[in-house]
Amino acid sequence: MTTLTALCTLMAVGALLTILAYIAWQGIGSLNWQFLTDRPRPVGEGGGIGNAIIGSLVLLLISSAFGLPLGICVGVYLSEIGKGRVGGAVRFIVDTLTGIPSIVTGVFVYAIIVVPARHFSALAGGVALALIMIPIVARTTEEMLKLVPHSLREGALALGAPQWRVTLGVVIPAAAPGIATGAMLAIARISGETAPLLFTAFGSRFFPESLNEPIASLTVQIYNYAISPYDEWHAQAWAATLVLMTLVLGINIIVRFLTRKRS
Amino acid sequence: MERHLDRAAKGTKSTKRFFVPFVRLVAKTGNTGDAVFRVLMLLVALLMVGIVVAMVVALAVESMPSIRQFGFSFLKNRGWNPIKGEFGALPFIYGTVASSLIALLISVPFSLGIAIFLVEQAPHYIARPVGFLVELLAAIPSVVYGLWGIFVLAPFLRNYVQPFLAGLFGWTPFFRGSITGIGLLTGGIILAIMVTPIISAVVRDVLAAVPGSQREAALALGATKWEMIRVVLVNGAPGIAGAVILGLGRALGETMAVTMLIGNRAQISLSLFEPSYTIASAIANEFTEATGDLYVSALVELGLILFLVTFIVNGIARVLVWNVTRRTGGVGRAA
Repeated sequence: MTTLTALCTLMAVGALLTILAYIAWQGIGSLNWQFLTDRPRPVGEGGGIGNAIIGSLVLLLISSAFGLPLGICVGVYLSEIGKGRVGGAVRFIVDTLTGIPSIVTGVFVYAIIVVPARHFSALAGGVALALIMIPIVARTTEEMLKLVPHSLREGALALGAPQWRVTLGVVIPAAAPGIATGAMLAIARISGETAPLLFTAFGSRFFPESLNEPIASLTVQIYNYAISPYDEWHAQAWAATLVLMTLVLGINIIVRFLTRKRS
Repeated sequence: MERHLDRAAKGTKSTKRFFVPFVRLVAKTGNTGDAVFRVLMLLVALLMVGIVVAMVVALAVESMPSIRQFGFSFLKNRGWNPIKGEFGALPFIYGTVASSLIALLISVPFSLGIAIFLVEQAPHYIARPVGFLVELLAAIPSVVYGLWGIFVLAPFLRNYVQPFLAGLFGWTPFFRGSITGIGLLTGGIILAIMVTPIISAVVRDVLAAVPGSQREAALALGATKWEMIRVVLVNGAPGIAGAVILGLGRALGETMAVTMLIGNRAQISLSLFEPSYTIASAIANEFTEATGDLYVSALVELGLILFLVTFIVNGIARVLVWNVTRRTGGVGRAA
């Protein structure tokens, strides 16, 4: 029976390695400097994902600007302040937010931002990604803050600091590395999100010029190229996937390295 | 303190309503900084509540035209004909539920096997890196799974697996129809791959939370290693059920990989080779091209149904899992 369970594990790890190896093998051929800096061109004229890379970075910045502060504040509330019924209700709400399918978040942001503004925008895409990011960051922040030993808080309180000073000046800095890794994991997670961007940021074939316009992103570009009928665009989709996976895997491996337990 | 109270006493009625509780908060916490901090944090937390409430309201309002037109028959109608204005959710509900069930059928045995291997059998120096690799499966974006599925999984199924299944089971209604590599089965398989790391990670937590005394008691009574593992599984059964339901919740809402591999045809067919359509892929495909208010509101109503279903499923899952892993500090995975 041990062989059965080992076989299951082997198949899972095998699936992962197969997928990664295939991406590397297919993607490496189309990867060159022109591909990384040019914008998409009609079939047969080459082109690249330069605008998609910049677009993804812009969307990441907007969503982190909204999502990280709000998520950390909610995490602080859940860990330090919210006890009893109100805290329980907020925790339930945050759990609900984690489980909402990302496409439903996209529909919601479409209804409240895109429809009144009457156009797609990078801002709407960033807000949609932030809504996905907040519960993730809140959860990890809460857990990291809970790991800070109570003696630290009690020591600061005994020295006469008010509670807000204790939280902002002692507890959060003590948990800062953990909060940072949580933020990095959330960034890795939303850099791979496609569905909420389909009708908020929508996509574009040009370099971004303003936050009030539709903007390209790596994931939506991969999706559009993958379902197209052109071999050249399929090759570009694989190369773009290689770029995306390098970013996502890189962040995950770095985080794992930083959080390894020294036994 | 007296300063604040004097100001409160001089104010108008509305000032008193907000000022007096605030002043009480200042008195309770001992200084204004604390009161301001608590109020700010509470406001942010209530913002979260506001967002969820706004989501439900926005979804309900946008789907009003469709709800008014179809009522409850929306859930029973089988036709989806935007040109004629006929909209029915049944093919999508069937596709979503069927693909998720297939995914669970394939994934749960594998996830249990992986979790048992990593927690009970593998030595420590294998369990940690291998566990990390299995969790890495969850980090791969959905669109990458879809891309890999189109160019690797679908041809593999079309050339080897589906003819084999058709040969063996073609007499059942589940394996009929033309073999294209794209359809309910492919969608189910890719969902299984995506859901396995989540289920196995939570089951690992659940099994690790079972007290060592249970294992030792079983072994002391003369159980073999596998009988002991069965005791552990029975002990963690509610948590394992919660993990499976958590995976179900994730599979129900999965969009991109399914859109690329399920064929996107709104039909209800028992055959696994036939294309199908899930709620999430319908919204992803048709939302930007939907003409007319009724079409858009029908799609939003589909989104509302999906929201409610995943809300209920995830709620059940968290109740089951939370009770089991409460002792070890909780589930650290933002599933």
